[in-house]
Amino acid sequence: MENLERILSEHPFFAGLDESFVKLACGCAKNVRMEAGQFVFHEGEAADQFYLIREGRVALQISAPGRGASTFLTLGRGEVFGVNWLVPPYRWVYDAKALELTRAIAMDATCLRNKCEADHDLGYDIMKRLMPVLIERLHTTRLQFLDLYGSHV
Amino acid sequence: MVPMSEAADFQRAQPMVPRIAHVRRRRHDAPDVWTLELELTDGAHFDYAPGQFNMLTAFGVGEAAISVSGDPAAGPLIHTIRAVGPVSRALTQLGPGEPIGVRGPFGAGWPMAQAEGRDVVVVAGGLGLAPLRPALYRLLGERARYGKVTLLFGARRPEDILFRHEVESWRARFDIDVDVTVDHAGSDWRGHVGVVTTLISRLEIEPAKSIAMVCGPEVMMRFVALALMDKGIGEGAIYLSMERNMKCAIGHCGHCQLGPTFICRDGPVFTFARLRPLLTVKEL
Ligand SMILES: Cc1cc2nc3c(=O)[nH]c(=O)nc-3n(C[C@H](O)[C@H](O)[C@H](O)COP(=O)(O)OP(=O)(O)OC[C@H]3O[C@@H](n4cnc5c(N)ncnc54)[C@H](O)[C@@H]3O)c2cc1C
Ligand code: FES
Repeated sequence: MENLERILSEHPFFAGLDESFVKLACGCAKNVRMEAGQFVFHEGEAADQFYLIREGRVALQISAPGRGASTFLTLGRGEVFGVNWLVPPYRWVYDAKALELTRAIAMDATCLRNKCEADHDLGYDIMKRLMPVLIERLHTTRLQFLDLYGSHV
Repeated sequence: MVPMSEAADFQRAQPMVPRIAHVRRRRHDAPDVWTLELELTDGAHFDYAPGQFNMLTAFGVGEAAISVSGDPAAGPLIHTIRAVGPVSRALTQLGPGEPIGVRGPFGAGWPMAQAEGRDVVVVAGGLGLAPLRPALYRLLGERARYGKVTLLFGARRPEDILFRHEVESWRARFDIDVDVTVDHAGSDWRGHVGVVTTLISRLEIEPAKSIAMVCGPEVMMRFVALALMDKGIGEGAIYLSMERNMKCAIGHCGHCQLGPTFICRDGPVFTFARLRPLLTVKEL
């Protein structure tokens, strides 16, 4: 437990989080390991975990009929994925696949949601950490959508 | 063989008169991008600084500004061109032995002297790698003069990665960090996916001793510059290569004017400090 607490507080997503909050969040956390090529989750399944990557790389993918799977974002050390844990209906809207051996902390979504509900200070702090990630992803997705390189130098 | 200084003197004296070159080789680099190796018919060596450009003439069609993409220290004159309109299409269709007009080199290039002794972050988007390649040759050719060198390269798709074999060989070297990302990829691509700014947020640098050279689409450069500033690099140490429609390339016609600045004469490479007020003006 000690060790997990340290790992959690050292992860950039939780860095600087109040020690008592780390303890609370730690109650929902476990270490996980994914082999290269292994799917972490699939589109449509229940979003029951939130992942903090420690080492390795994960690809987020969407499959389209006739086009196969396309990767729209890859994430690595210090980054998070699986943010659907926070909003109903708590379902994955893409696939996540480990590109290499990946070590992460998996947070149980129901547990984390209940803790945030019971302690709004913790909930607000976690929200403040998630929001910049979401805004940044929205912004970079917009740039990706502009498809800049194809038609310009 | 015309002595180098004589050829350069001629160009200085008659900047509107193209020299004649022949295409030595043409290589297909990406779906609509070709690289031409040129040889001046008078046999002169073509001297230029990284980041400078030439006005290339497709005879009977017109002229276009194209950066030099070869090695300034050696080899033939090299240009990498994307076919977007009449002139660039005609240029990319020239085959071995065909003539081409060359005026230049023009403009202020990359800040190679200012980069000495500092860490250098090179950020390229799409075809923007072509104007940066001479700077990379210089950085790697005179490696001891510079600190840590990093290349971050963003392309549209894996098949659009320019100079692919060369980028792979740089990645294998121990004296440069290379990271490539694409905007769109199939499931067989094992590299990064996401816009090039995402690589900047992961960059480990000492901002106070870093200098950045950025080339790509203007919107990409704006966001890259802001991301580099978020990393702590000052706007005076971030250099961007600008593009505007050019005609004379010597500061006479006003075609390339951006506010009080002439891209051809004062640039095309400028600091973000100088460009920022101009880039935020919607129409000039
Ligand atoms: C300093 C400088 C360096 C340059 N270096 C290079 C280089 O190394 N390689 C290279 O391929 N180009 C380079 N360019 C861009 C090149 O000069 C233009 O793409 C070229 O002038 C287009 O001429 P054109 O007659 O073929 O097309 P135009 O007739 O001018 O344009 C045809 C169509 O393409 C659009 N268009 C024009 N330019 C571009 C562009 N760059 N990207 C996307 N759409 C465009 C126009 O809006 C128009 O719709 C550089 C420009 C400058 C100013
Ligand atoms: S191209 Fe004529 S002033 Fe710049």
